[in-house]
Amino acid sequence: MGTALPPLEIPITRTLIVAGAIASRDYQDVHHDAELARQKGSPDIFMNILTTNGLVGRYVTDYFGPTAELRKVAIRLGAPNYPGDRMVLTGRIEELDDERGTATVRVVGANGIGNHVTGTVTLTFAEATVTVTLTDEADS
Amino acid sequence: MAGGTDELGARLKAYEGQPASRAGTGKDPVNLPMIRHWCEAMGDTNPAYEGPDAIAPPTMLQAWTMGGLSGNTARTGAYDEMSALLDEAGCVSIVATDCEQEYLRPLRPGDELVFDTVIESVSGRKTTKLGTGYFVTTRTDIRVGGELVGVHRLRVLKYAPAGKPAKAPPRPRPVVNRDNAGFWEGVAGKRLLVQRCAGCGTLRHPWLPGCNACGSLDWDTVESSGEGTVYSYVVMHHPPFPAFDPPYAVGLIELAEGVRMVGNVVGVPYDKVRIGLPVRVEFRRYEDAEGALTLPVFRAADALDALGDRGAPGAPGGEV
Repeated sequence: MGTALPPLEIPITRTLIVAGAIASRDYQDVHHDAELARQKGSPDIFMNILTTNGLVGRYVTDYFGPTAELRKVAIRLGAPNYPGDRMVLTGRIEELDDERGTATVRVVGANGIGNHVTGTVTLTFAEATVTVTLTDEADS
Repeated sequence: MAGGTDELGARLKAYEGQPASRAGTGKDPVNLPMIRHWCEAMGDTNPAYEGPDAIAPPTMLQAWTMGGLSGNTARTGAYDEMSALLDEAGCVSIVATDCEQEYLRPLRPGDELVFDTVIESVSGRKTTKLGTGYFVTTRTDIRVGGELVGVHRLRVLKYAPAGKPAKAPPRPRPVVNRDNAGFWEGVAGKRLLVQRCAGCGTLRHPWLPGCNACGSLDWDTVESSGEGTVYSYVVMHHPPFPAFDPPYAVGLIELAEGVRMVGNVVGVPYDKVRIGLPVRVEFRRYEDAEGALTLPVFRAADALDALGDRGAPGAPGGEV
């Protein structure tokens, strides 16, 4: 059930990871220093959760337009986003109330390893609100 | 962290409900430059985030509360104590796993944020692909002028990384004293220096304060060509030492100048080292947990053909 959002493919570059970390004021070394990331058991630097959150928010507002207002974003991380990978965001509208102007969208961001992120976004549009949930079934 | 009972987990539980930060303030008010940097990074071109009526992207909520390089000054003793307990248990790494945000009203440039964070829950010990550790969930209430504008819930895994540390274990360091310091200075400059008696001209190695032949205390140095042959050798199998990978060959090398020196024989399998094998000095730089170290080793590169071994140079030669 529910309308599928067009997928959005995001190349996971080192630049995106570092730019996202700094824009979110997250100076944890694992998000910019590959050597220290390896010492902590990671094969490389990886995207921070704030950037993932920002990308999920952008994906949903890109679809609903500038009048949409995010009310809630809840995400869970799985497979990390490492440089050189790509993430494909897909979404499906789970609830839509045109009268109240609300929607719930379920969103999944899959990379080459697995699902990087699954989550649910609730928003209002125009006079009302929409919720978008990111699910494993979103691309089916 | 070992053991069937989770004593640490029980101690961590006591921190549930305690404040992690009190009346923290954003380092900057909500502002357009940080909004623009965020939008650039995310590739977000939403016009709602630009112009005179701009709002901040709601997902920036946590960014406004971040301590950045200058740190979070509102953090409470409870949070630091809990972190210290985890650090002591080896759970020194941290990764965020869940983020849940509610936005009660849009944030606009000029808004000054005040936030309070509480430790909502701490899990029992969990083993994950990254390592073993504990999930800690915090809830942050964010206010502007007393009005609740957003709630941010973050779940992190604080864990002891699984697997080996990436840094090589430290190699033993040469013992450098005033009698042999000149030799190690030479090695640092990739020169193999041999002591020469200023009285009788006899060469000597290892470095000593006086001449064994004539007793003179005066000396100078000559730079060795670095050419030599294996005079004798041993192959080390046991005991193992963390910095080395046995079996490996340690040679007593007779240099062309006539003195003998101990060093690794490299560039040839350990079981192909023979007395009389021609070698040439090479200066190897090692990086380990204690920093950089340069050591002379002896490469048997030319010897491979003579032995009928077509193996690549640098293949399993042991090293000390």
